[in-house]
Parts: sequence; structure tokens; C-alpha cells
Amino acid sequence: MKRTTSRKYVLTKRLDNYFYGVNNAYLFTADFFKQALRRPFHFKELVNQCYEIGLRALPLITLTGFIIGIVFTKQSRPSLEDFGATSWLPSLLGIAIVKALGPLVTALICSGKVGSGIGAELGSMKVTEQIDAMEVSAINPFKYLVVTRVLATTITIPILSFYCSVVALIGSYINVHSEENTSFVIFFKNAFSTINFLDLWTAVAKAVVFGFTIGIIGCYKGFNATQGTSGVGKAANEAVVMSMFIIFVEEIVIVQISNWIRTF
Amino acid sequence: METLHVIDYNETVISIKDLYKSFGDLHVLKGVSLDLHKGENIVVLGKSGTGKSVLIKIISGLLKPDKGEVIVLGKKVDELKRKELNELRLHIGFSFQNSALYDSMNVRRNLEFPLMMNYPKLTKKEVDAAVEEVIEAVGLKNKLKEMPASLSGGQRKRIGIARTLILKPKIMLYDEPTAGLDPITCTEINQLINEVQEKYNTSSIIITHDLTCAKATGDKVAILIDGQFAKAGKFDEVFNSNNELIKEFYNYNFIQ
Repeated sequence: MKRTTSRKYVLTKRLDNYFYGVNNAYLFTADFFKQALRRPFHFKELVNQCYEIGLRALPLITLTGFIIGIVFTKQSRPSLEDFGATSWLPSLLGIAIVKALGPLVTALICSGKVGSGIGAELGSMKVTEQIDAMEVSAINPFKYLVVTRVLATTITIPILSFYCSVVALIGSYINVHSEENTSFVIFFKNAFSTINFLDLWTAVAKAVVFGFTIGIIGCYKGFNATQGTSGVGKAANEAVVMSMFIIFVEEIVIVQISNWIRTF
Repeated sequence: METLHVIDYNETVISIKDLYKSFGDLHVLKGVSLDLHKGENIVVLGKSGTGKSVLIKIISGLLKPDKGEVIVLGKKVDELKRKELNELRLHIGFSFQNSALYDSMNVRRNLEFPLMMNYPKLTKKEVDAAVEEVIEAVGLKNKLKEMPASLSGGQRKRIGIARTLILKPKIMLYDEPTAGLDPITCTEINQLINEVQEKYNTSSIIITHDLTCAKATGDKVAILIDGQFAKAGKFDEVFNSNNELIKEFYNYNFIQ
């Protein structure tokens, strides 16, 4: 084998690679929508993935949600006490947890736990030629592996996000109850009194978008893993870093859109 | 070498003409041509990194050629749409170098998976019968419940071959079937390749750098050197030639 003269780049090697990567990610996402709507649908694998993803993240989300509820309550109380407004604590917690913390914390935990898992699993399948083995057996690996996983994260993460918010509010309630002896019913009534329909839909929309992002980035990184076992680690790592970054960008965009809708 | 099977030289199952493939600046295949006839086993020999595996990946449609023509069972592989390619792939068995068994599935599920995905209307009884048949063919009936991680290298190769046989392929592509195995297991795998050919009447391309495997399984051998076939023919014809590159490969193989 012979190497010819050095390759010419359109811009620079780095920029070329960057735009090549962006284009590939776009094509990968477009392929997802194209294939998700076509038969056959692997319902059994989808249910299996929902179960796996939910189960994988559940203990960590329970613990984190509970701790966040307690810590956020403890940190908010002194500021409200200064204004004599501790009775507003449940409302404040309701807004903060349901609108912002629940979906965001769930997404960050899932990008670490689920996104890295998907990246590593598919990356390992890629470098050990298991994906090629599916391909040559006339099985569409994109449909079987990617579509099911992305749909599973898109379905499961909103459910986990709702669960995280409930657990965090229970943590908050325990703290509020121990300090002010507030009843369970009054706490939750006050917590949800300032949350309207748009707030709830914004939270759901955020969780859906975050779930899709975690799934598609994990799959993209895993599906394109190279260079043996080190490539698997790299795929898992990049899946986490990139999905976390994009989740924060999406958070800003969705909040802005929600505020814009609120003005009508 | 004794050939027990019948080769039909009038029927070409794979025809490769003037095939080129590069990866960036790296020119791997530079004008490769090859014909595989029905019932024939061709062994493609060559040092590591000479593009042997690339050749069978192009045949199975995993890679696209830069130039040249690959016709498999009368169809031009690089011009097929995904659905047509998948229909063709049902007739091609691909045994990977590292077996590529699905880690998350046990042996039975590994074998069932391609069948159930391609023929979802099959009954459980039919699937079980097919699994029984192929697992018996590779002699590992007692390993159905095991996970791939608990199998030895030779057992993994056998299960990999069984997984391809379950779809009843007309063509078998073996990528380094004896790589990383001890000499006894190598002999068993060579025997299995011949048994598969006789029982399932397949035509095969066997990629290897192992001369023992080449001699035991090939009706014909072709040596890939520097992106081109240096010589093709019967094993003894090829290695009795005065071509320096072939002699070098022969010596390299035994030194290795």
C-alpha cells in the first residue's frame, strides 16, 4: 500500500472536520425521523429499553431529587425569613422544582448515567463489529439500536422528570413540616398554586427535548466510535459532555420561548 | 488436495472486476479481479493490512468501492437499494474475525435473532428446529444457554458460523477464521469450513494469512500483495512459482 501526497482541505483540517461532524450529526438525526416512521416497529425492544433506562436511572434520581428538595428548602428559608415570607416557601419550591430543577436535574443525571451507557454500549458493539454483524444479517441496526433507544429516552426521561419533581417536593415537604408543622395537603396546594398550564407544558416539553437529546447524542457517538476500546471510552465521554452542553442551551431556548408565549 | 464437493464452473456466484478502494491517501485495493464459482472455496491470502477484509466487506455491501464492479448472484452490489441489498444479504453468510457475537444475548438468542428479525412470522417450533440444526452442525449443542463471554475463542467462531448458517446462505465469507486459535482448534475450524460447504452446498471466500487453513480449505488460493492479486490457482501451483513476493510471503508465514 502506498500513501500519496498530503490531502488538501477546503478550509483547515480542524474546521473541515468540525463541519463534517456537524453535517454527519444532522444526517444522523434526519435518518432517525425517517426510520422512526417506517415499518417494522420494534415494540418489544422499545419496551425493553424503556425498562432498562428507567431502572438504570431510578435509584440515582430518587436520591438526588430527595436531597435537592431538602437542600433547596434549607437554603431558601433564611432569605425568605429576612422578609418574613416563609409562608411563600411552598410556592417558591413548587416553581423552582417543577419548572426548572426537576427536568434539568433529571436530564443531567440521565446524560451521565443513560447517555454514557448508550454511548459505551453502541461504541462497544461498533468496535467489536456487532453492528456490522447485524447489517450483514439483513437487519437494520439503525432501526433496531438507534430508533428504539432514542424513543425510549424521549418517553422515559419525562416520566423520570415528573418522578424527580415529586420526590424533590416530598423532600421539601419533610423539611418544611419539621420547621413549620405544615400539613401535607396545604404544602402541595400552595406549591402548585402558582403553577399554571403553560408552566407544566414547558416542563414537559423540556423533558421531552432533553430525553431526545440524550438518546440521539449517545447513539450518534456510540454508532460512530472508532479506534478500539479507547474509542468506546471516548464515545461515552463525548456523549455526556456534548449532551450536557446542549441541554443547557436548550434550557435557555425553551425558557425564552415559554416567556415569549406568556406575553400573549 | 482432495475436493469432495462439486464445483460448477459454468455458474459464477461472485464476479469482481477491476476493484479499487482507498481510505484517504491509503490505496488498499488497486484493480482486483476475481471469480467465485458455485461450490468453490477460494482462499485469499495476504499479510495483515493488505486489504483482504476490505474485499469481503465490499462484497457484502458494508463498504462501497471507489471503482470497479462487484456482482453477487447476478446483482451489482453497489447499485442496490437498501431493501434489495438486504434481500441479497440473506444469501451471504459473513463470519467475522472476532466472531462478533451479540454480547447481551445468550447463544440461543444469538442464533435466533437473525431468523426472527428477517422472518417474524415463523413459529417458535420452526425457530427452535432451525437453532437445533445449526447448533448440531457446529457441534455445540450443550452451549445454548451460555453467554458469549463464557465461550472459548474456537467456540465463539463456531457459534458465529452457526449464526450465519441459520439463514441458509448460498455464499460464505470467512474473515480470518483461524486467527488467534491454537493449532488443534485451527484444524477443527478448517474441518468445519469443509463440512459446512459439503452440507449446505455453499461457495466460500476465506480470508486468511494462515497457509495451513489455505491448504485445508481452498480449492483455489489467491495472494493479495500490494493491493493486487500476485497469483491465483491451486495451492501447490501458487507456492511453486518463482515470484519473489510469493516466496517472501511463504517464508514470512512460517517465520510468523
